[in-house]
Amino acid sequence: MRINFESCDLCGTCVSVCPVDAIEISEYRAIIDREKCTNCGLCLKVCPAQAIVKE
Amino acid sequence: MSLSIKKEYDVVVVGAGPGGSVAARFAAESGASVLFLERDRETGIPVRCAEGVSSPGLDQFIDIDERWIANEIYSARFITPDGNTLDMKSHVKGYILERRIFDTALCDLASQKGATMLTRANVTHAKRTPDGLVEVAYTHIGTPKTVKCKIIIGADGIESRVGRWFGIKTNLSLTDVSSAIQYTINNIEIDPHRLEFHFGTNIAPGGYLWIFPKSANTANIGIGITGNFASEKPAKAYLDEFISKRFENPSINYTVFAGIPVARTLNEIVADNVMLVGDAARQVNPITGGGIKQAMIAGRLAGKLAGEAVKTGNYSTKFLSKYPSEWDKILGSKHSFIHAMKERVIYASDERLNKISRACAHIPPEKMTTLELFKQVVKGDPKLVLDMSKAFLADKFTT
Repeated sequence: MRINFESCDLCGTCVSVCPVDAIEISEYRAIIDREKCTNCGLCLKVCPAQAIVKE
Repeated sequence: MSLSIKKEYDVVVVGAGPGGSVAARFAAESGASVLFLERDRETGIPVRCAEGVSSPGLDQFIDIDERWIANEIYSARFITPDGNTLDMKSHVKGYILERRIFDTALCDLASQKGATMLTRANVTHAKRTPDGLVEVAYTHIGTPKTVKCKIIIGADGIESRVGRWFGIKTNLSLTDVSSAIQYTINNIEIDPHRLEFHFGTNIAPGGYLWIFPKSANTANIGIGITGNFASEKPAKAYLDEFISKRFENPSINYTVFAGIPVARTLNEIVADNVMLVGDAARQVNPITGGGIKQAMIAGRLAGKLAGEAVKTGNYSTKFLSKYPSEWDKILGSKHSFIHAMKERVIYASDERLNKISRACAHIPPEKMTTLELFKQVVKGDPKLVLDMSKAFLADKFTT
């Protein structure tokens, strides 16, 4: 999974469904930890801004 | 800038929304030293909220002030999938807030009780240390810092990372998270004192679309649909369709995305040295998605208890479990009930909602009470419908 920074609104919805705590949001950007991410796609499904893409 | 930030506080609160700032205030009031950290430049921004709240009990937390009231609400209109409307006069006053001013006012109250606030402070991690305390790591305007505390209160919203760091399972299932978007729209004509709720699988599957007026020409218009539906068609597509049909020349003056935890309260909202409050604890009404007052109620419980814990030197899960048991009594069990109803409401057919509105069509709005709805619905169909209405009204109008 990858986050498109230009679409991301930093709302945190993706973080709430991530089963492996792989997403972190700072004041300016959301980051997916590739080591932790299992590509399950839950974040992509809930993202209201459609900012998450499958790699 | 070390300013007056100390190396250690009794209580650190993560997040300065209504839950966090109320927790900070009550902890400070009971004598604890309190630091509350906000990631953004200021609290209340961006406004990820429809800004509606009912008036009863609000003055327990803050003196009512017109500076943060955009508008007053006296009624609600429910629009069922077939386009029928059900009008309901509210028996209590509702407010549409200006959240950025409201949240700031709540933070000011905390500061006045001695709690220290710090903005642009992004908490990156927290852990228990061998001495039985908690070390909180954060960056303040990009500079890494640490602070120690006895109690950490996670009021860090839907993300709720504080809980995860202490082993509390916070992640939501797709049916328990609402994927939401809201516009603040200008250049429209609406009834300024009436809320609108639109339902239907073609309008807002697994949720609803709302119009919360800020004036006769401005409103927060948004939609939340559950995660299981959002992947097929995003919330924004539903909202845009609705707005283009309804309004001639709308002007979008604010756009915000959000996630709303429409779940039961977490089974665990405390751990050793830790309490969770508000969206972080999933203390939102699972049907309406309302969470402002809920967070403040929880914040007060947690803040007061944090103060007691500091006085007695006991930060154990056992001592802190007084908080979840009080929360359950006040709202927690009610939310569980509402959540059970949500499951049935979501999967209830459009036809079922249509049936209710037809059954109630002849009742004038001023007579439309939960009881009247009950009578009509019971005549024809389901107990389910009553339960749904009750859930809605309990949150919006009677608490």
